[in-house]
Amino acid sequence: MTELVLGTKKGLFVLNGTADAGFAVAARAFAGEPVDFAMREPRTGRLFASVSSPFYGPKIWYADDPTGGWIQAKGVALPEGGDAALVRIWVIATGETEGLLYAGGDPGVLFESRDGGITWELNAALWNHPTRDAWQPGGGGLCLHSIVPCPGDPNRLVVAVSAAGVWLTDDGGHSWRQGNRGLVARYLPEDAGEGATALCVHHIERSPKRPERLFMQFHGGVYRSDDAGESWMEIGAGLVSDFGFPLAVDPDDPDSAYVIPLRADMDRVTPDGQVRVFETRDGGATWVGRAGGLPQTHAYLTILRLALDQITSGSALELYFGATSGEVFGSRDGGVNWFSAISQLPPVYSLRASG
Amino acid sequence: MAIVCVHGPLKKLAGGGSEHPVDGDTVRALLRALEREHPALTGWVLDERGLIRRHINVYVNGERGGEDTIVGQRDRVEVLPAISGG
Repeated sequence: MTELVLGTKKGLFVLNGTADAGFAVAARAFAGEPVDFAMREPRTGRLFASVSSPFYGPKIWYADDPTGGWIQAKGVALPEGGDAALVRIWVIATGETEGLLYAGGDPGVLFESRDGGITWELNAALWNHPTRDAWQPGGGGLCLHSIVPCPGDPNRLVVAVSAAGVWLTDDGGHSWRQGNRGLVARYLPEDAGEGATALCVHHIERSPKRPERLFMQFHGGVYRSDDAGESWMEIGAGLVSDFGFPLAVDPDDPDSAYVIPLRADMDRVTPDGQVRVFETRDGGATWVGRAGGLPQTHAYLTILRLALDQITSGSALELYFGATSGEVFGSRDGGVNWFSAISQLPPVYSLRASG
Repeated sequence: MAIVCVHGPLKKLAGGGSEHPVDGDTVRALLRALEREHPALTGWVLDERGLIRRHINVYVNGERGGEDTIVGQRDRVEVLPAISGG
């Protein structure tokens, strides 16, 4: 049985099912409210949801049972009395020690929890970084959307902010430095050069079997890093478009990555009315478009950065993604063949899969 | 003391009561005082800057008010989520 936890424009959905039997809605929570991100935390099995109530502001909630009582997490706020307010929480991620969780949000903020997500604290070093005044929001706001722990090393962490680039820490978040070398922002003047912070990273994933290797979907460009995010090389040649948002990896294959290209920044839909997932198994040297079972006619879908996920690995790799059209697709053979898991949901903001 | 009236989820967060006598001379001061009395309300009406959230309306004796609206003894302050059409 596979479980998909979806954040949507109109609430959280838990889907249960299999590729053979299909998927069905097992639970819904926060009906009518925007759920920007939702996940089942793998260590504890606890569900988390970031909900941006248009009335009452952004909150993180947790529950052991999605149909039971949800509890508001404490401490998810900026310092009182300042000139900024928390806009939304984009992502929640599991850290490398027991009870350690991270949450990223707008305006370019990182929260840490050391008690399994019950209480949270703002990462002060990133919040007070001297370059912060120069950080610029992307189209979705100044969102910290990628949180990439390093397997076995809780002191090392990579985060990415749209549009303030990649940030690295080696001391558990006490200090941060940029990791942008090699990134080329086509939307900046050519002479912007090294040191520019207006870098619109869309998503980063790490290859767990080779932790120094990271893959990035950029705002125009797909990149790979072989030095844990210090520098990047472009690997997007061969894609139908190198614009897009989500990216996934096969956890057992450090040469693998999956992206779902969109046509361009000014036309954020699947190119040519065809939904295709592109796969590399050689570190980005070549890409193969996978379309089997996916809509290929008049299909102008938008897949957001946290709406693609994977479970298992290798030839049994299951991939799932949700679109803002409310459709969810799945593959149980590493993306070769796809099936419709469910349709007619609200716009899908995030999808996390577990088996 | 003024009376702050809350409804819906705010009522539950405020211990289940809808009418709360609170000391303060502005709407912001009243709401902060109510947060201190019921910490679960923190962040729900006022954001970190001390501003009333965009889609919440506050009325003082039936007149639309803001964070800095002066409130007197026995004034009645209603906190209501905005109901919008469209």
